[in-house]
Amino acid sequence: MPSDKKICLSTSGLTKIYGFGAHRTVAVDHVDLKLYEGEVVSIVGESGSGKTTLAKMLLGLISSSEGDIYFQGVKRDISSQKKKQEYWKNIQAIFQDPFSSYNIFNKIDSVLLDCIHMRGGRNLSREKKVELMTEACSFVNLKFEELTNKYPFELSGGQMQRLMIARIFLLKPKILLADEPTSMIDACSRATILDMLMQLRKEIGMTVIFITHDIGLAYYVSDTVYIMEHGRFVEFGSADEVILQPREPYTQRLINDVPKIYEEWDLSTV
Amino acid sequence: MKHTLQQIFRSPKFVVGFSIFMAILLIVLIYPLFITDSPLKIIGQGTFFPPGIYVSAYDSLGAPKFTLNLTDAAAKRVADKLGDQERADIRDWLVADGIPETEIDIHNTEKLLEQWAQNYDPNKKIPGMTFAKQRYYQRLDESLKGLLSKEGAIIAQKNTETGALEEAEIINQTDYVNIDQVASVRVLPLGTDNFGRDVLTELVAATRTSLQIGLVAGLVATLIGLTLGLLAGYIGGTVDDIINFVTNLFIVIPSFVLLILISYSVGQESRGAFLVATVIGLTAWPWTARAVRAQVISLRNRDHVNLSKLSGHSIVHIILTDILPYIASYVIMALILQISSGILAEAGLSILGLGPKTTEVPTLGLMMNWAMIYQAHVQGRWWAYFPVLMTIALITFSMNLMNTGLDQVFNPALRD
Ligand SMILES: Nc1ncnc2c1ncn2[C@@H]1O[C@H](COP(=O)(O)OP(=O)(O)OP(=O)(O)O)[C@@H](O)[C@H]1O
Ligand SMILES: [Mg+2]
Repeated sequence: MPSDKKICLSTSGLTKIYGFGAHRTVAVDHVDLKLYEGEVVSIVGESGSGKTTLAKMLLGLISSSEGDIYFQGVKRDISSQKKKQEYWKNIQAIFQDPFSSYNIFNKIDSVLLDCIHMRGGRNLSREKKVELMTEACSFVNLKFEELTNKYPFELSGGQMQRLMIARIFLLKPKILLADEPTSMIDACSRATILDMLMQLRKEIGMTVIFITHDIGLAYYVSDTVYIMEHGRFVEFGSADEVILQPREPYTQRLINDVPKIYEEWDLSTV
Repeated sequence: MKHTLQQIFRSPKFVVGFSIFMAILLIVLIYPLFITDSPLKIIGQGTFFPPGIYVSAYDSLGAPKFTLNLTDAAAKRVADKLGDQERADIRDWLVADGIPETEIDIHNTEKLLEQWAQNYDPNKKIPGMTFAKQRYYQRLDESLKGLLSKEGAIIAQKNTETGALEEAEIINQTDYVNIDQVASVRVLPLGTDNFGRDVLTELVAATRTSLQIGLVAGLVATLIGLTLGLLAGYIGGTVDDIINFVTNLFIVIPSFVLLILISYSVGQESRGAFLVATVIGLTAWPWTARAVRAQVISLRNRDHVNLSKLSGHSIVHIILTDILPYIASYVIMALILQISSGILAEAGLSILGLGPKTTEVPTLGLMMNWAMIYQAHVQGRWWAYFPVLMTIALITFSMNLMNTGLDQVFNPALRD
């Protein structure tokens, strides 16, 4: 673990409890997470283990029931709308389901324009804005001329997720939270999208939290891996440590769930 | 958007409802262009004139006469005065008078009338006969006089100097006037009401007012319900608790009771149609608020809303662009329901005598109220209330049809 690097996001005892009484669910249970600048951290767990809930708390989209979040060493303060907007310039997300991530009434242009405006480009000329949007689209192999005046739902799932990456390209946040960005996408586009993400990370030096239920993918992309079970981190360490020498039976099970062919492909890239 | 519209107009239920509603709307808009009378003008002296074509008797005297030799004219004239009921009544009287039943043939008009003329005595008391029945026979006798005569009727004029009546004109039984040449003819398709007003003209104006009341009430209710529902659903927390409390309070107290209390306390004099509509709207919003709140709660955690937040949009922007368009179809359906229930609420209030001030405008509810007070239903004056009921039913029916149609388009699970 690169100990010389600064911690940019960390949590202590972060907990989220949904409902109460008979409906009480502890979705995230006293989680301690340390995120160093520039690294890729994977959070791996099966469905319902609380990954998305943790991500939403880190993003400040839902409040936590207990525990604290520290951003760049100080306790995160998003008490006002203004502070939230400031925070979201630093941390952005790609969601699990591209089909429900876009407002079906907004055109693709407005999705990308929002990003330019958020980066303070509201007063740029129309030409400059188009240039930026075209650049972002071509980074993810999309043609802006073809997308303008179209709606996101007219795209395929893979194209929508690529548009999400174009969004991140324009926003250039410090931290990106990618919540299973490829789980709803066919295996073929999956590799392309992962490659684009990793390339973007290199280009703008982002810290990435990569959430997945697929430990093979985690191994493929990350420096550090956290294994999550029932809202708790049961094991964490460098990707090699955790995946090649798992200590927990749960981790072992996750590894066994990965299809054979995949495993071989992943290990061959070491 | 265009696609949705296409689908809406392909739903048979919506199309039927929409057509009925548009037909009503067109009549309401076009009718006043032709009949410009004030809907509250009293034209008939007396109550409840039956529907029909009213021809000025005076003008038809002056109209050009045409001679038509129609064979059945006399028979019709007799049949009109002397129907089966009258014939049976005559027989009853004659039998009671002591004439053997075998000697009476009620189908032989001439003989029957002759027997009647010989035997009937208006002053004769038949044991067991009520006074009303006695009067009835006197009137029958009057109307039968000259029924079989072949002569015409004489029009006489008063000589201004001597004061004596002088024959001016004879109207023969074969004389006819063309109704088009009679100067004054008034068609009263639905007759007149208890005040002597033209029911159709009144009904059209009443429909218009009721639609306006429904629209205002619906808009007020939907606007309040929508705003509170959006705030409660999206902001949640304490705001939600407070709004929810108020909503539940309004739901627990039946809105109609509230409506009665408010209308009563406002007082008859200041109750205009617009005020009544607003009051209806002010008591009808809780259902919309509740439904909108539930929809918003299911929307606010969606990823497209999260993405909008992450894009730095304000709460107002998110509510307007990420929530409202998603519930717009739902809100339109709620509005349609609120309009139709607003119309019904006005009718209900007016029937209780708590509707708009009666001197300004007719409303469907007020027409029902008047018909009830003057006992049109007891007297069998169907034209005073039945068309009103039909109109109310048609409006609510068409709106509910439109709603079901919309529901089928917006809720694919309901499509058949
Ligand atoms: N809004 C909510 N209200 C109540 N319970 C919730 C809510 N959101 C999530 N949960 C519960 O919290 C637990 C964790 O859910 P979460 O979505 O974080 O899982 P996940 O790891 O992202 O799963 P998946 O891999 O299927 O996306 C689940 O048991 C879920 O039922
Ligand atoms: Mg998830």
